[in-house]
This record gives sequence, structure tokens and C-alpha cells, in this order.
Amino acid sequence: MTVETASSKNPAQHRPDGLRGVFADWGSDQRSFKSASWGKAMMWIFLVSDTFIFSCFLISYMTVRMSTTVPWPHPSEVFALTIGGKTIPLILIAIMTFILITSSGTMAMAVNFAYSRNRRNAALLMLATAFFGATFVGMQAFEWTKLIREGVRPWGNPFGAAQFGSSFFMITGFHGFHVSMGVIFLLLIARNVWRGDYEVEKRGFFTGRKGRYEIVEIMGLYWHFVDLVWVFIFALFYLW
Amino acid sequence: MLTSDLTSEDTHSAAVAHKGAEAHGQQHPVKLYLVVWGWLFVLSTCSYLIDYFDVQGYLRWFLILVFMILKAGLIVAVFMHMAWERLALVTAILTPPLALLTFVAVMAVESDYTHDDRVTYFGADHTDVATTPAGHAHNAE
Repeated sequence: MTVETASSKNPAQHRPDGLRGVFADWGSDQRSFKSASWGKAMMWIFLVSDTFIFSCFLISYMTVRMSTTVPWPHPSEVFALTIGGKTIPLILIAIMTFILITSSGTMAMAVNFAYSRNRRNAALLMLATAFFGATFVGMQAFEWTKLIREGVRPWGNPFGAAQFGSSFFMITGFHGFHVSMGVIFLLLIARNVWRGDYEVEKRGFFTGRKGRYEIVEIMGLYWHFVDLVWVFIFALFYLW
Repeated sequence: MLTSDLTSEDTHSAAVAHKGAEAHGQQHPVKLYLVVWGWLFVLSTCSYLIDYFDVQGYLRWFLILVFMILKAGLIVAVFMHMAWERLALVTAILTPPLALLTFVAVMAVESDYTHDDRVTYFGADHTDVATTPAGHAHNAE
């Protein structure tokens, strides 16, 4: 019996497209995801599970916000910053959003350069992505410090409903943890790209399989997901 | 760079990279990424302006959700390459999260019930501030 692997040349060739393709690909005794290697498929499945975790947090937040009879603190005011004597609503969060989007852009281009074997540009763009990610976490630490100094706690705060604090620390904390982990792995993979590990198919520390430039794309999936989660947090927690 | 090291398989994947259905090697024109990047900036700015200009009521909710969905769609489709994956993967990844809509609906009904209970039995203030966007703003003054 031969095992069909993702590295088989062009496995999606000669296969039907669209809905017929879905049934053909899921038919018995074969690899279902023709366009994705095991690594990419597993990252996607991990991201689906992570989606459910973040959704649980956001749905809990919705539940406590809808069911409390105490007024919810106004995020626009809580997260306002006074710059040069002028109070600008939500400005810190807006800057964090732009930084994270910028990092997503540099990540997307890093994937491109990795596949065209431009190691220098790929590594530099990944370093830039890690830098923006670290900046984001730094600003989040600033935000946490500011709110804690103002008396926001998981069990209460001076602005309104007590549930504001627990939702805020849980949601942004979990997201910040994801960003931090992403920064660490970005640095590790950038180093591998820089020194040419994937030219010689050097094996990684988690796996006996040969290292390939695809790892940059898989890393990119994770990083874009972190940005994606922030899109929802920004809309539902900060703007709503 | 390092073209002398390219094996036959590498040149093969470079050649078919734009067809999209390749097992690995999602490579697309940088210009596309830059355009999407630009749109994400524009949409984020729009989101922020909702708050800056203090748009309220249903229009606020509607705009927040529209910009959120557009941004999420661009990221998933282009940056995460979903637009070029086969439908078998797309459906396997994107349909399970739709179940969350049911979860949201159930919890919305439940929290309405909890809210009414609190008002009825704990004699809490009956202003419905928690369910209007930024209701605190109207109440604070």
C-alpha cells in the first residue's frame, strides 16, 4: 500500500473543483486535504480549536455585559489617552490595531520571500514582524499598568460593572499571550531561515521530518490568526 | 539568490505556484498583499472613526460588524490563503465556527432572562443601559 503524501507532485491536479471536489476529496481511503500538507492542515485544525476558545471568552463577555444591571464602563473613555493636553478616545487601541495589521503585512511578504528563497529578505521581514508583535505586547503592558493603577481589578473597577475587569484581563491577556508566543516562534524560525536550515532540509526540534520553507507559511497562518482575533476583540470589546 | 541550489522539484513548485492548488508553496504577487494591507488600514481607520465621531445606536452596531467582517474576510481569504485552497479544506475549517452563532443566540436569550430576573428580584435600576451601545455615556452626565 502506498501512502499519499503532501509532497507528491501536484496532488490536486486532475481533480474536480467545487462541491464535487469536496465529496471526491473526502471519499474513502485517501488524504482529504489535497492542497494542504499535514503541517498546514494541523495548524488550521489548531486554529479552529483556538477559535472556539476565544469565542468562549467573547461569548462570556457578551453574557455578563447583557445580564448586568450596572452600567458598563464606556471603553471610549476608559481607553482614552491625553496627548498634548487633548484627550483622544481609544487612541492607544487604534495604534495597537495599526501595529498588528502592519505586522500581518510584513508576515505575508516574508512568506513570499521565503518561497522564492530570498533568505535575507524573508528573515528580515520576520524580524520586523516580531518587532511589531513585541511592540504590541509592550503597549498592552502599558495599558494594563494604566488600568490597574486606576483601580481596575478582575472583581471590580471604579467605572461601572464589575465584570468589565474580568472580561478585559481574560480576553486581552489570552490574546497577548498568543502574540508573545508568536514573537518567540517568529524569532526561532527567522534564525533558521537566516542561516539556511531549510536549504539543507535540517530537521526541527519537534519533528524528525525535513525542514521546509513551508514552515514560514505555517508560522504566517498562526500570526494572521492572532491578527484576526484582534479584529474581533477590537470590534466587540473596545468599540461596542 | 541561491538559484544554483534549486532542484528540479523546486523549479517545479515555482512554476506552478500561481495555480493555487499546489500541495505547498502558496506564493502570490506582492502587489496583492500590499493592496489588501492598504484596505485593512482603511477599514481599521473607518472602525476607529465610528468611535471618534461617536456614532450611536443601530448604525454603530451595524458599521462595527460590517467593518469587522470585511477585515476578517480579507485576512482569512488573502493573508491566510483560503481563497486558493481546495473547498474540502475551506469547508472543514470555516463551517464548524458557524455553530458558534447558535451558541451566541442561546446565551443572548439566557442573559436577557438573567437580566430580567435581577431587575425583578433584586430591585435593580431598570434602565436598560447594559444592552445599548455605550449606554454609560448617556447615563454618566
